[in-house]
Order: sequence, then structure tokens, then C-alpha cells
Amino acid sequence: MAEEKKLFKVTIDNITIEVEPGTSILMAARRIGGEVAPPAMCYYTKLKGSGGKCRTCLVEVTAGSTADPRPMPKLVASCRTNVMDGMVVRNITSEKVIDARNGVVEFLLINHPLDCPICDQAGECSLQDLSYEHGKEGTRYEFQRRTFEKHDLGPYIQLHMTRCILCYRCVYVADQLTERREHGVLDRGDHSEIATYIKKALDHDFIGNIIDVCPVGALTDRTFRFKNRVWFLKPVEAHRECNHPKCCGKVTLWYRGEEVFRVTARKDEWGEVVDWICNECRFEKKKTSDWMIEGPTRVDRHSVISQGHYVGVVRPQEVVYDVMGGRKPKLLMDIHSVSEVNEPSIDLSKIEGPAHSTDFEPKKLTN
Amino acid sequence: MGRQLLLEKIKVEGIRGYETYRREGGYRSVEKALKTMTPDQVTDEVKKSGLRGRGGAGFPTGMKWSFLAKPEGVPRYLVCNADESEPGTFKDRYLMEFLPHLLIEGLIVSSYALGCKRTYIYIRGEYAWIPEILETAIAEAKAAGWLGQNILGTGFELEIYVQVGAGAYICGEETALLESLEGKRGNPRIKPPFPAIKGLWDCPTVVNNVETLAAVVPILNFGGEEYAKIGIGKSTGTKLLSACGNINKPGVYEIDMTISVEEFIFSDEYCGGIANGKRLKACIPGGSSVPILPANLLLKTAKGETRLMNYESLSDGGFAKGSMMGSGGFIVLDEDQCVVRHTLTLARFYRHESCGQCSPCREGTGWMEKILRNIENGKGKSSDIDLLWDIQRKIEGNTICPLGDAAAWPVAAAIRHFRDEFEWHVNNPVECLTRNYGLAHYADPLTPVTA
Repeated sequence: MAEEKKLFKVTIDNITIEVEPGTSILMAARRIGGEVAPPAMCYYTKLKGSGGKCRTCLVEVTAGSTADPRPMPKLVASCRTNVMDGMVVRNITSEKVIDARNGVVEFLLINHPLDCPICDQAGECSLQDLSYEHGKEGTRYEFQRRTFEKHDLGPYIQLHMTRCILCYRCVYVADQLTERREHGVLDRGDHSEIATYIKKALDHDFIGNIIDVCPVGALTDRTFRFKNRVWFLKPVEAHRECNHPKCCGKVTLWYRGEEVFRVTARKDEWGEVVDWICNECRFEKKKTSDWMIEGPTRVDRHSVISQGHYVGVVRPQEVVYDVMGGRKPKLLMDIHSVSEVNEPSIDLSKIEGPAHSTDFEPKKLTN
Repeated sequence: MGRQLLLEKIKVEGIRGYETYRREGGYRSVEKALKTMTPDQVTDEVKKSGLRGRGGAGFPTGMKWSFLAKPEGVPRYLVCNADESEPGTFKDRYLMEFLPHLLIEGLIVSSYALGCKRTYIYIRGEYAWIPEILETAIAEAKAAGWLGQNILGTGFELEIYVQVGAGAYICGEETALLESLEGKRGNPRIKPPFPAIKGLWDCPTVVNNVETLAAVVPILNFGGEEYAKIGIGKSTGTKLLSACGNINKPGVYEIDMTISVEEFIFSDEYCGGIANGKRLKACIPGGSSVPILPANLLLKTAKGETRLMNYESLSDGGFAKGSMMGSGGFIVLDEDQCVVRHTLTLARFYRHESCGQCSPCREGTGWMEKILRNIENGKGKSSDIDLLWDIQRKIEGNTICPLGDAAAWPVAAAIRHFRDEFEWHVNNPVECLTRNYGLAHYADPLTPVTA
């Protein structure tokens, strides 16, 4: 075999990059970063077989490859479609994609309770971010929302099925991290639910990770529930010598003052767990003396957690100029220079009563 | 009288049993294929015949077979999709119940062409009495040496297994069927990879409809070219249609795809006209998923030509002015039927059968059903009609499997062609509970299209 691997050229939203064969469109877009990366509610890099379900990452493929430049007839799930050499993809530059994504967000929200004010996930919820970016302020859904009973899955985890968006991530975690999966999806359609069939505790050293992978507040940490809002907490990276052979022992501690309120696995810039941690690290070790502190966690500028003005706020890369092909975005005009509001030809103090548009000379707008 | 290839012998007494079936010329195609032809020749014959998948999509069968990956040392599977769950479609049931050996004969020839040693019939759970008929037929065929090791001394071996589903429409989708066959939850897989590359137990697999596999028998008996002479254009051979609704003679009919829709509905040979002397209002020509057509667009295409019962003619005009052949579930509605109620029934079905894996289908089908229920019960608003249109638009094409499309199309077509009936429901909330909108203008002659 040849030493150097052939790289595939792929153009996403007018930005061309080279990626290795076998890379999905989503991962290629994440390499570019910023808004070009489609949102993903069900795909999880570390979980094999995940993705394709939520349909928020749909993109338009306007050219399949150099060899076969035909466009794909439908929007495709970018998390499960691999790039081809010469592929041209449109994400935020495609109206079809934006329209479909708005539709998906609406679908995800019609049965989701708007209980963010009392939900522990608020502030780090993927659905909250998604609806903030793509949702509408009102709803067109006028029916009763689907509800379920709350359900304790053992001493550590609570399942609040009403909030679930059926991303299947927790099912994959149980399949791939534990010896035996004890929960799954029951029933079908809009009445399907994550459940243990007969109310049963989930008991496995790594089952706590289902809390971290859950994109919404359906699976919450019972040792942390209602203790604090995440944006009042200060994330700090720490590690310990964990005795569990599979546990990396690298975590994020969430402080308020001197107290550790919760322990989670570390997450990357896409909100995905970097390395899985065991239940002991997550639920049992909540004293600073248990841990070796490394330093503050880097927090995305857009995250509500950054409102605490901690050090290490990450400013994401600005891609809008590249997406627009080097042009300045049309909407970003200097309103002051256009309106000349700062240099009025009329002395405002000489007008009787409040200034009105008719008091100013009509200006001709030129493009 | 149309030519009958599949149902020709169905009235022969005892044809369900092996002895009679063999005496009437059964299993000739297996002899012909195994003794005188190579597997590729059989595939070529099917390609020449122009046979198109009878399960709904109408994809050329020979082409599908030639896509099957054939890596060395990896078993290949043929799976017969007998999960016939589309409302209005019951042709496969008829075939399996009364001519089980025809299916088995088709399966043997097809398995030979594809090089499969294990073949599965996945049958829907509601057909509770049919697995026994199939099992009996398989046992008879095995006893007569058509199955098992070294069939007809050619070294070809084949076993056929019957697997009963648990009652889910979604398991008729080929990848959900394979998941279910593997013993998992019947969720459709994300494609690619397609089953031809990675199907049952990650091995190359072909999934075909019952009628498609049965049609392989006459193709082998008469030859592909001879078979292709029946029918018009790319609609070759004969097609089974299950006619139901407000007609005088509901049942399964075999047509040669040259007759007109009008003849199929009104001739005594087939449906025998609308029951109780009523008038035709609308019809779904190909099973519940395909768009409904009002009488005027059903009998004549938008161009003013007579609409024929074949793949091309039924889809003439696209979805705006046409429909689809689909799986052949021919549902006829007379002037007394309410399209809103009818659409609600279908929406309820799709909501119940959505697997819930992807968001647009899971949430959208439930939403559509609730809105339709409101309109039907006189609680609708005029904005609801546009909302329904928007919901179906956002489901269609954005889902993992075609169930989303199948749920969206009937709603879209009903609003497209019967919007005034929906509006009447909204504007007459009390009257619509006691009276139907009736035939209105749906059977009026079309205004001629001017270029």
C-alpha cells in the first residue's frame, strides 16, 4: 500500500478542506467549526451506531463527488453520510436545510415540556441551544403534551421520560459500556419510551455516563437534582487515581464556593464526553481532598455557564466571511453611517417637541 | 379477458396440495432452471422480462438481483417479504393461502439465481393461519426432493424458513424486516449500506415481495422475452390487485396492465361497478400510502388521456395530478364517503405504526392525526389546513425510511384535491357531524389543458 493516504476534498458552505476517507460530513464540518458544523442531537462520536435519528444534522449535498457530481435527491443525515472526493455540501447556505431543520426543531419541541425553569439540564441542554438557534418563539401545537411518570433508576439516576427526545444514546451507552443492557425503548411511535420494562434499578459501574450523554434533562443525577443551577457553578478539571481499570479518573468538578456539587466526565467543544468515568468517581467522590485539581475548565463563549466570567472562555472561530465567499454579510451594515444619526443636519434643540422623521431631510439610500 | 399467469390455476380443486400442484405443471421452472440454466442465465431472464418489484416501489427486480454483492465465503440470503400490512393490500395473502407452492417454486428458482442456501419468508403476525399452510407446503416440497441437499442431483441445496412477525407495519420496510428477523427491535436501518451489500447478519441480502417471487415462475416457464410482451412499455407482465371499498365485487384480480382504470372499476369481470348504484368519488389506486385521486383525475389523466392500470399511466402527472401503482391495494370511495374522515383513518394508522426512531415521523404523524381529528369532529380552524400541509411537507423526505413519506403523501393528496371538503368541515362544524360533503364536483369533466 502507498505510504501517503489519499485525502478527500470536500466543500462545505463554500469552505474547502481535506479530510481522510471515511470521515462523515458532520465530522468534516466540525473540523471547519463554528456555524458550519450542523447541530447533532443523537449522534455521539464515541458511541458506535449512534446517529441518523434526530434529523437535525440534515444537509444538502449538491454534488456527490468529482466522479459522480449528481446532487443527492434528498437531504441527508450528515452524521451518517461519509464524504466523497469532490463532494459539495450546503448546510447553513441552503434554504432547504434551514427549513427542514426548523421543522425538526418544531417536531422535537411539540411534546417536550417547557419546564426549563425547573429542569436540572437547563444551561447545558442541547435542545435548549437548538431551539434558541432554530426555534420559533411561539408554538403551533395546541394539544396536550405527552407525559410520563418519573422513574428512579436506582439510587443515582432519575428518568424523566417526558423530556426525552429518543436519541437512543443511553441505549448505546448501556450496550457498549456495560456487560448487560437493562433498559431500552419500549413501544413505538410517539408513545415509545425509554424504560426498564419492569421498574428496575440500573446497576453498573459505568451506567452513570448515560446522564452525560443525554442531550436533554431526561436522565438526571439524583445526587445533584435541584441542588443548583449549572451556571452558578464553576467547572474545574481534576483527576484522581481511580482503582477501576476502565475508568480514566479525569473529570470536571462543579464548584460553588468550596463545595463540589457534582462530578461529570469532561466534555469537548461539541458537548461530547472525552473519556468515560465510573460511578464511584461520579457519585461518591465529592470532596476536594479526593481530587488533584488541574485548573479551570474552558467554557464556550456561547454557553450560559460562561456568564460567570471565569477564565478560559473559548471564543469560537468566526466562519461567516468564508461561508459568504469572502464577502461581508449584507445584514451587517453600519446603521449609524447609513442613517447619519450621529451627524444630523438639524439642531435637535431647535425642534419643538420630540424629533420626528419628518423633521429630517429624506435621505436617498444607495446600495 | 386478461391473461392470467399467477392465478390461472387457483380455482383447481386441491391446488394447495403438492400432488395437484405438480400435476398442473408445478415446479417445471425449477427443473428448467437447475438442469438447463446457470444462475446468471436465470437473472438475465428476469432482467429481460422487465419484472418490477410488486411490493410498492416498482424497482426492476433483475437489476436489484444484479446489485447483490458476491464476496467469496460469505453466505447470501434471500428474504421473502410477506409482511403485507398496507391498508387495502391483501394480494399476497390470497396467493400464499391458496397457492403456497407457487411462492415456494419462485423462491427455489430465485435462490438458485442468487446463490442462496438459506431463504426466509417473513410473514406478518396477523396472518396467523398462513404460516401453517406454508410450513406444510415446504414439508411437502422437501419430501418430494425440491428442497434440502443436492436438489435434482445438481448439488444445489436450499432450506426455506418461515418467520412470523409480531404485528408491525414498519417491519415491511426491508431493513426493519431484517432487524426483526435478526431478533431485534424492528427499527429501519440507516442506509447506506444497502441490504445488497450488508443485509441479514451483515451478509448480502435480497428482499423481494411475495408476488415478485411468484412472478419468477411464469418468467422461467415462458421465457423473459415472452413475459415482457405482456403489458405496455415498462409495465410488463401481470399484476395482482386487491380491490376493496365501495365496489360490487371486492377481491383479488390479476390484470395484464393494459386495461383502463375505468374498465377495472366498472366491468363485470373485475370490480363490477360502484356498489348500490352510487357514483364514484375518489380512489386510492395502490395501497393507503399513495396519493388519493378524485374521480375525474382517476379516469382521465390531466392531459385528457384515458388512465390505464399500469405503473406509468397511474403516475402520469406526478403527485400533483397523478398517483402510483404502489402495492396494488385498490381502494374505491363512493359519493357518500368523507375524505376528511378517510384521511384521519390513515393518519391514525401511520401514527400507530411509526417506529418512533426519527423525530419528524414520530412527532409529525401524531400531530397530523390530532389536527385531522379536530377537523373531523367540527373543531377545526381554517389555519389547520395550512398547518397540516406544512407538517406533511416537513416530514416528507426528511425521515430514515419511507414510512414518513407514506404518512405524508395521503394527507398531502387529500388536501391537494379535496381542499374544499376540508374547508367545508371547518366552516360547517355542526353540519359536518351529521352529513357528508358528498360528491360535489369531483367527478366533473376536467377542463381541457391548453398548451
